[in-house]
Amino acid sequence: MSNDKVITAEQLTKRFGHFTAVDHISFDVHKGEIFGFLGANGAGKTTAMRMLCGLSMPTSGKATVAGFDVYKETEKIKRNIGYMSQKFSLYDDLTVKENMKFYGGIYGMSDKFIKEKTGYILNHLHLESEGDKLVKSLPLGWKQKLAFSVAIFHEPGIVFLDEPTGGVDPVTRREFWNMIYQASDNGITIFVTTHYMDEAEYCNRVSIMVDGRIDALDTPAQLKKTYEAKSMDEVFLKLARKATRIEI
Amino acid sequence: MSAVVVENIIKTYGKKKEVTALNNISFEVKPGELYGIIGPDGAGKTSLFRILTTLLLADSGKATVDGFDVVKDYKEIRKRVGYMPGKFSLYPDLSVEENLNFFATIFNTTVHGNYDLIKDIYQQIEPFKNRRAGKLSGGMKQKLALSCALIHRPSVLFLDEPTTGVDAVSRKEFWEMLKRLKEQGITILVSTPYMDEAGLCDKVALIQTGKILSINTPHGIVDDFKKPLWAVKSANMLHLLNQLKEKEEVEDIYPFGEYHHLILKSQLSKESLEQWIRNSTTENVQLQMVRPDIEDCFISLMKNY
Repeated sequence: MSNDKVITAEQLTKRFGHFTAVDHISFDVHKGEIFGFLGANGAGKTTAMRMLCGLSMPTSGKATVAGFDVYKETEKIKRNIGYMSQKFSLYDDLTVKENMKFYGGIYGMSDKFIKEKTGYILNHLHLESEGDKLVKSLPLGWKQKLAFSVAIFHEPGIVFLDEPTGGVDPVTRREFWNMIYQASDNGITIFVTTHYMDEAEYCNRVSIMVDGRIDALDTPAQLKKTYEAKSMDEVFLKLARKATRIEI
Repeated sequence: MSAVVVENIIKTYGKKKEVTALNNISFEVKPGELYGIIGPDGAGKTSLFRILTTLLLADSGKATVDGFDVVKDYKEIRKRVGYMPGKFSLYPDLSVEENLNFFATIFNTTVHGNYDLIKDIYQQIEPFKNRRAGKLSGGMKQKLALSCALIHRPSVLFLDEPTTGVDAVSRKEFWEMLKRLKEQGITILVSTPYMDEAGLCDKVALIQTGKILSINTPHGIVDDFKKPLWAVKSANMLHLLNQLKEKEEVEDIYPFGEYHHLILKSQLSKESLEQWIRNSTTENVQLQMVRPDIEDCFISLMKNY
């Protein structure tokens, strides 16, 4: 594996009985890249992501994440990635600092590291005065930004973001993407799913899943050229409408 | 008579009323209108819908639905409205068909009696009518919930975030269904965090942290955006953003799809703007004036410029 590739997938497939949820997908993601992983509901995104996070065993094909094998080294994968979704992020009944201590502890970080990192994040997000407040008392926008910081607390090489900005206001949504850009600038690879097509434009490359396959993978600019579309929204509609599989 | 009238509604939560969900909200929906309540999570959309469907009491203010008071005449309102909550709330252990029959019976009607209204939607899930509702996919749950909310032919339909978490294709299909329902004369109130859906409504209220930012037709909202809006683009977008953000003359600049949208404090001609950009950034910039969309308007109303 070349050092630049932090995710590799080759003919990766997952079947549930007779149903092929993920159908021979192949792609590479490079270090520091912002990789958009798009697809309609039921196209197989979640199943593919679960395999890459070491949570689901593939039926066939090969894949590595951070250099580790998705069949044999799932525990090493889990240690070396971060994960955040809109649905699951921080614990509402813990304070901001407690959440960081908890996640840092889970990943085996030292007390010293946790303390320094917590100070750094609170300072960076201008949340020093909120450190001892319960997470549930924070506005949603802050929570999401905090959740992202916690997802990369243990300094993973890759972070998986599953619809991180759903329901967030347009200003906070952009602040959130600013954090993504910064993380990618620091060499963290970003693997992100979204239903906002304008966010697809912010990715370096975008893949679009249809019926379990990756039907398109390129830069946003090239995808628009290939599909003779004015926007990523149009590209997505052209591809997703080809789906024949009934969502069941 | 208006289908929905909301006057100075205030709703707070907490022992000391420390959380204000709705802060003096007023608006009016005309019969047959497709009315959008557009705002992010935490704006107060669900509290508002629960007050109007008589499931929650406001602290103060007044509201009527179909001419009936939401407090005094709650029983009358419950007969007349359809409500699809954001969270799936049908019986997961009943089949698709059983759920539909159940709701028809509760409202003293039959599936047969109002079938023409739901036919379009229900036919798409009819092949699975014996499946338990809890075992349906997201898209099918949504279609069943909509069928159940319509089965008694309500005069006003409340849809709380029907498209949240739904992909772009299904969202388009859902709005096409709403358009056809509107043609049947049903008044529809729909809430959404997706700004791009505002354009599909007759009228919209933009809402943020319990306050209405603006009420207008989608066109009217865009026309209210008075400053020239420029779209800029270069090879290194992050670099461009960071360089221009620091400039004194810039009111706001933010990513917007493949462009950044740029608003200046004072008006410049395209020529002088080109000159200014050449002096302000090392990037080779493409520049054009664009018409704002609802999201630009929402951002400007939030930041108050």
